[in-house]
Amino acid sequence: MVNHAEQLGEEIKVIIFKLKSEEYGVDVKQVKSIERMEHITRVPNTPPFVKGVINLRGVVIPIIDLRSRFGFDQKEYGEATRIIIVNVEEMEVGLIVDAANDVIDIPLSAIEPPPKVVGGVESVYLRGVAKLKTRLLILLNLDRILNPEEVKQLEKFGM
Amino acid sequence: MELNQYLEIFLEESKEHLQMLNEKLLLLEKNSSSIEVVNEIFRSAHTLKGMAATMGYENMATLTHEMENLLDLVRNKKKQVDDQMMDTIFKAVDLLEQMVISISNGQNDQFAISGVVDLLQAISSDKRSTPKLSSTADSQANIEHLSFDEYERTVLKQSLESGFTIYQIEVQISEETVLKSARAYMVFHGLEDLGEVLKAVPSVEELENEDFGNNFTIVLISKQDESAIRKKILNVSEISGVQLSIITDEQLQSTVERLKPADDHSEGNGPVEAKINLQQGKVHATKMIRVDIERLDELMNLFSELVIDRGRLEQLAQEIKHPGLTDTVEHMGRISSSLQNNILNLRMVPIETVFNRFPRMIRDLAKELNKEIIINITGADTELDRTVIDEIGDPLVHLLRNAVDHGQETTEERLKNNKTRAGVISLKAYHSGNFVFIEISDDGKGINREKVLKKALEKGLITTETAHSLTDKQVYDLLFASGLSTADQVSDISGRGVGLDVVKAKIESLGGFVTVDSELGKGTKFTIQLPLTLSIISSMLVRIQDEKFAIPLSSIIETAIYRKKEVMNAHNQEVIDFRGRIVPLVQLHKIFDVPSTSEQKAEEEISVVLVRKGEKMAGLIVDSFIGQQEIVLKALGSYLTQVFAISGATILGDGQVALIIDTNALIK
Repeated sequence: MVNHAEQLGEEIKVIIFKLKSEEYGVDVKQVKSIERMEHITRVPNTPPFVKGVINLRGVVIPIIDLRSRFGFDQKEYGEATRIIIVNVEEMEVGLIVDAANDVIDIPLSAIEPPPKVVGGVESVYLRGVAKLKTRLLILLNLDRILNPEEVKQLEKFGM
Repeated sequence: MELNQYLEIFLEESKEHLQMLNEKLLLLEKNSSSIEVVNEIFRSAHTLKGMAATMGYENMATLTHEMENLLDLVRNKKKQVDDQMMDTIFKAVDLLEQMVISISNGQNDQFAISGVVDLLQAISSDKRSTPKLSSTADSQANIEHLSFDEYERTVLKQSLESGFTIYQIEVQISEETVLKSARAYMVFHGLEDLGEVLKAVPSVEELENEDFGNNFTIVLISKQDESAIRKKILNVSEISGVQLSIITDEQLQSTVERLKPADDHSEGNGPVEAKINLQQGKVHATKMIRVDIERLDELMNLFSELVIDRGRLEQLAQEIKHPGLTDTVEHMGRISSSLQNNILNLRMVPIETVFNRFPRMIRDLAKELNKEIIINITGADTELDRTVIDEIGDPLVHLLRNAVDHGQETTEERLKNNKTRAGVISLKAYHSGNFVFIEISDDGKGINREKVLKKALEKGLITTETAHSLTDKQVYDLLFASGLSTADQVSDISGRGVGLDVVKAKIESLGGFVTVDSELGKGTKFTIQLPLTLSIISSMLVRIQDEKFAIPLSSIIETAIYRKKEVMNAHNQEVIDFRGRIVPLVQLHKIFDVPSTSEQKAEEEISVVLVRKGEKMAGLIVDSFIGQQEIVLKALGSYLTQVFAISGATILGDGQVALIIDTNALIK
């Protein structure tokens, strides 16, 4: 698919957000909205990276802390903290990120397959890495990150 | 012709008629001499035929036509109802059902019907070869077919004496007409300008209900001539033919009051009465509307949003303490409560829609197993939420099949045990509080405690030591454990070891319970308890540290305050004495791992919510009670399925999410 698109010079639109010092991108088609931090109701007996649920205009949506999901160290939520509401395979989930402030177009030709580990994130969770003039973007594979089977596996290993 | 828009109506009505056929056929089987019942069956078959032909389903039309022929012989007493005939007709109905299902799945009615048609024809032509009788009866409604009662004869005679002419008019509506009753109404309306309609066959009521084929007959008293009447009728569109004949005095004399024809159901249709009926019919028609269930769901969702806002308003009013605001909010609260009841009622469907297929099912099963079984259904008009109705069918089928298959003994066994020849299975539904109960009981052999224990031991569900200490009730509950079947032999019907556990899971997923009670040799009773509705529930809000949780009121017995020193210990388990019963305590903050924010004060008292699950109880320790509130059930989202002891979430007045505690998971 990448090869095919390359010839056409296609681009994808991605939302850029920050986690630690790295910049990540998710396909804009998978993003429903970006919200400020709000009250999260804790849900007991769930994996630690599941922070709880929020009320998003009448719909209850589970929230995942991406730092915690990737095993990074925790950081206090602040003014810049955002919740990115994504829609993956009929599932709506909110992702807590350090900041989200940009939407850009990336030519598909700039996307390379991911190296084994980038910024501490395993390659299975990545779609690829986009090298732009001044910055390096890590594109996430949300389907894999939010896969319930995957979550069960993690629970087994006590994460 | 574009028929798609009518397909929905066709399917809906076909199902109704098939259900009617099933019910009446069962009645006929019991009481084979009732001409009334035969007539009703005949009419349903006839309507089905008409609808199928209109929609272009030839196979369906042919099959119903043959059924009609046979039934016509029965109603004209030219044939006796026997077992073979019943079985064949049932077969035909089954085939029709399959066709309707197939059509509703977007396919057609192309089923092999020749076998059943041949059978029907064979029975019809057994002694007399008059299979075409009914179709001729359709088109030639002449004077022989009409009879007048005393009153009508008097009116007709007087009319003739005063110089009126009496017309018998047969009107034919074209085959493709969809709103036949509307056309009939227009004909009536037109004729009323010209004279008085004395009588209609089929009756006005049946015409209103579209309970007729493509033609009907009217007796009109008028001073107009034939052509004027003919013109008036033909002015109505989609009328394909009119036949007029004049009833003379002699004919009237010779018309002897006979047995009323089948189609003339209502009594004494005088001219005035006919008019009133028509008007009433009209009112009736506007009273009922069919509404897409999705629209009701949407209404319910919108209302749910309103309930959340109501909660918010109530909270604000409490904070602001403005008397005007408080009054208005209270008033609004009352109105929205009754609005809520109304909306919930809209979604209520009588459980009849589930029950009505059971008599037929039991009959077939009993025949197959060579048992004699009577089914008694009571409370079929009990209403339940549509969502529950859709889900409850399968579990009930399962329990009924169980009851027939290994609840009931064989006829020989029954006679040996001094029981009536036929086994009785009763199905009973009733309301109680916020619940609907459904009981399925049989007067069969009951549950054999030893047999259940033996099986449970084999499967390793219990140990030999515990086996003796179990109460009967606990033993029966083992039946719901997965993989346990006490049927000696695996039959086609039940005993495959999948079953009661699935039934239980299904019922619990609907927020209900199922229990079983039995007496050896006397019978078994399954009781299902279901909530009236699923989307808005009453709950008790409680606080644990800084977190709020909702506990469904339906599972709460009461709330209580206990002193710390009243708490006792038994086997490392904190318990309290609740009216003489020892009830285990559950530390909710431990189960839910609630982070403690304030210093644990050495409080003297604990707040306890006493909850139950069937016979069992538990006391949930909370920090404080907030109060009772109507809450709207929401799912946690598909990412979080099956969180321990949490059944869902709701949105509170302040916009925050509160979790709903699944107390069933906390009671062991």
